[in-house]
Amino acid sequence: MRVLLTGASSLLGSQVVRQLTARGDHVSTLQRRPTDVAAELGLTEHLGDINDAALVAEAVEGVDSVIHLAARVGVVGSREQFFQTNVVGTRTLLAAARAAGVSRFVFVSSPSVAHTGEALAGNGAEPAYPRHAKGQYSRSKALAEVEVLAADAPGFATIAVRPHLVWGPGDTQLVGRIVDRAKTGRLGLVSGGRALIDTTYIDNAADALVAAVDHIDAGHGRAFIVSNGQPRTVEEMIERICAAAGVPGPSLTVPQPVAWAGGAVAEAAWRLARRTDDPPMTRFLAGQLGTAHWFDLRETERVLQWRPRVDLDEGFERLSSYYATHP
Amino acid sequence: MSLPPSGLHGLDPAWSREITGPDSAGTIRTWHVLDSGPEGAPKGTLLCVHGNPSWSYLWRRLVAAPPAGWRVIAIDHLDMGFSERTGTVRRLAPRVDDLDSLTQALKLTGPVVTVAHDWGGPISLGWAERHVDQLAGVVLSNTGVHQPEGSPAPTVIRAARTPAMLNAVTKRTRNFIRGGLLFSRPLPSREIRTGYYAPYGRTDRRAAIEEFVQDIPLEPGHPSAAALDEIAAGLDKLADVPVLLLWGPRDPVFSDLYLRDLIDRMPHADVHRYEGSSHFVPEDAPTFAADVAQWVQDLDRREEATHPAPAGTPLWGALERRRRDKTPAVTEMTVNGPTVTTFTQMNTRVEDVAAGLAAFGVQAGDRIALLVPPGVDLTAALYGIWRRGAIAVVVDAGLGLRGMRTALRSAGPQYVIAIPKGLAAVRTMGLTAKHICVGDLPDTARRVLGVSTTLVEIEALGSDSPLPEPPADDAQAAIAFTSGATGPAKGVLYLHRQLQAQRDALADLYAITDDDRLVAAFGVFALFGAALGISSAVPDMDLTAPATLTATALAEAVDAVDATLVFGSPAALANVAETRSQVPIRCQEALAGVRLLLSTGAPVPPELLREVLQMMPSAQAHAPYGMTEVLPVADIDLPELERAGSGNGVCVGRPVPGVTVAISALDADGNPTGPIVEERSVTGEVCVRAAHTKQRYDRLWVTERAASRDRGWHRTGDVGHFDDEGRLWIEGRLVHVIVTADGPVTPVGLERLTEAIPAVRRAAAVGVGPRGAQQVVMVVELGASGNGLAPAPLRDAVRLAVKATGIEIAAVLTVASLPVDIRHNSKIDRVRVGQWAQRVLDGGRVGAP
Repeated sequence: MRVLLTGASSLLGSQVVRQLTARGDHVSTLQRRPTDVAAELGLTEHLGDINDAALVAEAVEGVDSVIHLAARVGVVGSREQFFQTNVVGTRTLLAAARAAGVSRFVFVSSPSVAHTGEALAGNGAEPAYPRHAKGQYSRSKALAEVEVLAADAPGFATIAVRPHLVWGPGDTQLVGRIVDRAKTGRLGLVSGGRALIDTTYIDNAADALVAAVDHIDAGHGRAFIVSNGQPRTVEEMIERICAAAGVPGPSLTVPQPVAWAGGAVAEAAWRLARRTDDPPMTRFLAGQLGTAHWFDLRETERVLQWRPRVDLDEGFERLSSYYATHP
Repeated sequence: MSLPPSGLHGLDPAWSREITGPDSAGTIRTWHVLDSGPEGAPKGTLLCVHGNPSWSYLWRRLVAAPPAGWRVIAIDHLDMGFSERTGTVRRLAPRVDDLDSLTQALKLTGPVVTVAHDWGGPISLGWAERHVDQLAGVVLSNTGVHQPEGSPAPTVIRAARTPAMLNAVTKRTRNFIRGGLLFSRPLPSREIRTGYYAPYGRTDRRAAIEEFVQDIPLEPGHPSAAALDEIAAGLDKLADVPVLLLWGPRDPVFSDLYLRDLIDRMPHADVHRYEGSSHFVPEDAPTFAADVAQWVQDLDRREEATHPAPAGTPLWGALERRRRDKTPAVTEMTVNGPTVTTFTQMNTRVEDVAAGLAAFGVQAGDRIALLVPPGVDLTAALYGIWRRGAIAVVVDAGLGLRGMRTALRSAGPQYVIAIPKGLAAVRTMGLTAKHICVGDLPDTARRVLGVSTTLVEIEALGSDSPLPEPPADDAQAAIAFTSGATGPAKGVLYLHRQLQAQRDALADLYAITDDDRLVAAFGVFALFGAALGISSAVPDMDLTAPATLTATALAEAVDAVDATLVFGSPAALANVAETRSQVPIRCQEALAGVRLLLSTGAPVPPELLREVLQMMPSAQAHAPYGMTEVLPVADIDLPELERAGSGNGVCVGRPVPGVTVAISALDADGNPTGPIVEERSVTGEVCVRAAHTKQRYDRLWVTERAASRDRGWHRTGDVGHFDDEGRLWIEGRLVHVIVTADGPVTPVGLERLTEAIPAVRRAAAVGVGPRGAQQVVMVVELGASGNGLAPAPLRDAVRLAVKATGIEIAAVLTVASLPVDIRHNSKIDRVRVGQWAQRVLDGGRVGAP
């Protein structure tokens, strides 16, 4: 099978590339800059912007399946910037893929597209909600997901996969930030870290994307949540990440309303200062860390014939070995 | 005339039909009805009749899901709902004629089950009495055919009928409808309320609501009084017709008194009280429509239960047999030392109570609640009630005041026999029972407590009165209550022969003879001495707080009767073990004569039994397993308990002789859908078959139907399995089963493993999240520490403790104390704990469970 993957520079992207290549698929990638994994495996790379129609048309040429992972993430950026990359970029890719006769289109989404703020405990994959999702990232991803699923048609199967909080060795988004902050003693817990949250070990998320390509006939037109199926309290997750990395655990706890207000202030300050890094606390993060987020995976497991392969204990062991060699 | 507007919640426009025909006066009218179809349904038709203020919308759930083979027709009365506004005043008698005309216009010729609510009740009954030949059944909910004797007229209706109020409330505004709905528990959603208001938008559409209220015959001489009396008197025509009474007990209009009046008139009726529901019970009780459908479907399988009841010894038989015996029957432990009542005295008292009650007016089958602590008076009252043929309602203080109130109101006793403290409590419970006081009271106190007579006076009356005929073995004997640890306490009704069988089962199991003497530190068992014909004593303790039993108090009671048998609950025995060093030497000698120590009511740790046995060197320890509905079910002795060790649950031993125990396996959704089998290693609901099983749950037809849906078996609500050696293990209550994505998980085994961690006093395994995708959370009671997330070392210790089970614990929480029942001080309310855990782990307020 010939597969195009967008966003191969991320941890998840490179992991999917490795798994597909290992089983004999012919993989090419599309992203801004050259990646180590492509170089290592000798893959074709299409370098440039997702909104470059000519580049995208060239990239989808002769491809059976597209896995669309590229996205603007984080909390910094204007509504237009998120919209441009995540919505317009997806439209460009969708149109090109359909025109080129691609038969399978896997959109990598996020559970936050259906999250309007209340605690989620054992919820399934509810419909994306572009108007009420929290934050620019979630709203833009929600709109993109709605459009991708609406494009599902005979001969052009689309599917959305929503991995929740992907982490693993080498992850700079979640694990990296926690560890950095812990090192400088700036790591706090919202609401005592009591909220139960799902996370996804990197290999399991990659497996799920591969499974989505393989079982798209059973799940086309729908969204599926992916996680380890082992919700733990925020406190425990952070504490175990810190332990694996050999850094001190969280030093303070912040009540939810304080965290939320602090997030609002920080976001405003960062906007004024035109900073491009992420502020230490955002309203989105306060919500994410202060309320439960865990999911019912039964539909995903049934339809995609997938189960998490690496459990939390194993994941933390691998994280620990990684930090042992990458201090 | 118009049809319901489209879009009303839960209503399918396709159900609406207009029926034209003559009314009671011969004028052609148009009715609106909801009709599920099909015409000519093979089984027959459910004819649903609403009350005031309401319309056929009340029955929409039944119309949506008729019982298989049945058609449901729900009518709107003329001037009500979407039927024609006639501009006339229609009283009860013409409304019955109207219904008759309507069913003729509908050509309802086959079998009919009438289903009615509120003032639809008398109208439907009027119709039913005229059509007994085609009447297959009668369903009534919150209605009445008569002002119950001595009851104040419903205050709400009285208030609404004062002229100024009447017009203002019922007609000019929608308040009467709104008010009615506001009594609903829970309050119906806005969409549903809109549905009820729909036909009554304008003043002129509401005229009949006022007329209906005016047509309630609250006083003799009312124009509709005669018609209502005729309907009430005609109920004897329904003696062979199945009747179902479904009731919302929180109804301020049709209170439990009306239910009791209907039961008196139709004693054969099946009854279900939806605890917590109010007047609009078809709306309030979510399962109402399904329950009606189930009952109607069961009409085919009705058969009179025939029990080959071997003639047993009456419950008072042993007292009668030993009536010349001057040895102690009941010994009370008081501060001044033991006081003794001999078998002769006891038998005389029982006969005097029986004769006195009869002379006082107590009928066979009347219900008499007992709020008397175990002792001589309780024994005399209880066996006297039985000898009279009345039904003893046994309400122990272990239910707590609120639980007692709920229990007493559900049983609806005609009499209460109580100590002054009990009467004071009962005064606040809104019962209409006559009060019989145990103990003497000054006249003022008698008036304040509404005391009709005293037990002493009853006995004096009885000594000059003839003994009544004894009841048959198949007569109803007692209503006991479940502990209420998993929802409101349920009344459990026993027949005489079932209690006889229970007594005989205990006697056989523990080889009890006249030579045995009993000390019972556990409520119910204190009463069994007289039935077994053995001498008994209750130690000086607060039976509502088992942990108040000291070793010395127990030992003194043992010494007083030279006891051979000791009954106690684990909570009581725990305190006995703790205070064991204080026992005087004299009593230690008596303790050496005990041959059998029985621990019941809750699982008992073998170490505790071992410790108590050190006080009773010749005794063997046994733990019978059972429940309010059937006891004993199984039994285990201490050596076996120790051999069993730890496993998935609590080992309760092997079924006792005469009892069959089997398992109905849980499916992946945690429901006990498997066939009832005696296979080993299958986890499922424990099902019991025994001669000493209860007759049924009292006034809980729906609950009873579910518990006895497999004929001859009682589904216990406990979940467990048999091990390879045929021993039964209890893994928890069905309602406490956690249903994860990988299937059901039972709590007790996990809790036991967790409780082995030294710091942990008690543990509760609960589920968070939706059933089917639940995560397991362990909540541990540490005593001192606060509520919240467990520290990492404890969390890891819990995970390690349960590791071998392969079950994942998502989180570990700590609490200062877990909520438990009062009676056993041990049954954890895991439902409440689960809701608390959910809130904490959602990121909400911690607080306490």
